Amino acid sequence: MIPALATILCFHLAGELISRALALPVPGPVVGLLLLVGAGICRPRLIDFLRPAATALLGNLSLFFVPAGVGVIAHLGQFRDNAAGLGLAVLVSTVLAIAVAALTFAWVARLMGDAEGGRDG
Amino acid sequence: MDNAALIWSYLSREPLLWLTATLCAYWIGDRASLAAQRQSWANPVLFAVILLAALLMLTGTDYQTYFEGAQFVHFMLGPATVCLGLPLYDNLRRLRHAVVPLLAALVAGSLTAVVAALAVAHAFGLSPVLMASLAPKSATAPVAIGISEGLGGAPTITAVLVLLTGIIGAIIVTPLLNALRIRDWRARGFAVGVAAHGIGTARAFQVNETAGAFAGIGMGLNAVLTAIIAPLALRLFQ
Repeated sequence: MIPALATILCFHLAGELISRALALPVPGPVVGLLLLVGAGICRPRLIDFLRPAATALLGNLSLFFVPAGVGVIAHLGQFRDNAAGLGLAVLVSTVLAIAVAALTFAWVARLMGDAEGGRDG
Repeated sequence: MDNAALIWSYLSREPLLWLTATLCAYWIGDRASLAAQRQSWANPVLFAVILLAALLMLTGTDYQTYFEGAQFVHFMLGPATVCLGLPLYDNLRRLRHAVVPLLAALVAGSLTAVVAALAVAHAFGLSPVLMASLAPKSATAPVAIGISEGLGGAPTITAVLVLLTGIIGAIIVTPLLNALRIRDWRARGFAVGVAAHGIGTARAFQVNETAGAFAGIGMGLNAVLTAIIAPLALRLFQ
């Protein structure tokens, strides 16, 4: 567990260093994620080594999100004052994004003569 | 009485109390979600946040004090994001087979999510901090919070908006895509992963295995793309 956690932290650390050193718009952990995928392609055994620890972390992903969510109490006034704008922005953009992404995928797949969609569904 | 005051003054200074409360609240939230048969509205994070917020208000504790305990949990977002590389790696082969439709849908969906949200927010005259907090809300929570921090947004507002996005996406995806007559499970799953991250992905896995796998790919890829698109789109609206 500890060697795997240390390795995950090393990818996180490398990601932070690269993101900051090159002033990338992508946050450090995302750079770490990409480094991990790249390292996995070069060395598949690394993935097997990390899998138990990574699965444990990912299985509790939503827990890690609780402290930031509780921050709502520090901003209750802002949420109350902007409820309509924020609520509508989230609702409209989510409906449109799902529709546009699904229609684009289905349309481009059909253009390319890809029939896998029919097979599954 | 004096003793109780002493104990409270100890507890309110140390991180132990709020770290324990965070884990217990999540535990209760998870059980509640299980009792509601994991319906998409019964989100364990939502339960835990409501419980803790109520507790903080009842005890008159401010967020800074709470966060001193909860920061250990918050820190784990970074390493957990790195671990999202694993499901992405596992699905690389399926990704290669559908690379063109996938990339087209990723760019279209990601752009729509960011630009539509900012356009509505702009129409309502929301402040720059709220705009920056809103821009990355379709990305998975740890990434969205990181992007929001970088753009001058409030990470805590982003966290709540991300949660809201996921829950709305998970509830509307099935009726919406049925109405649009989209039957390709890859398209359906990928769309909800791009627009509504982990909560949408969990919903896709409940409906269909292929949809779930493609939702996971969508979430992973959009985490990367939103980091690039959100700052550019935000500049358009300033």
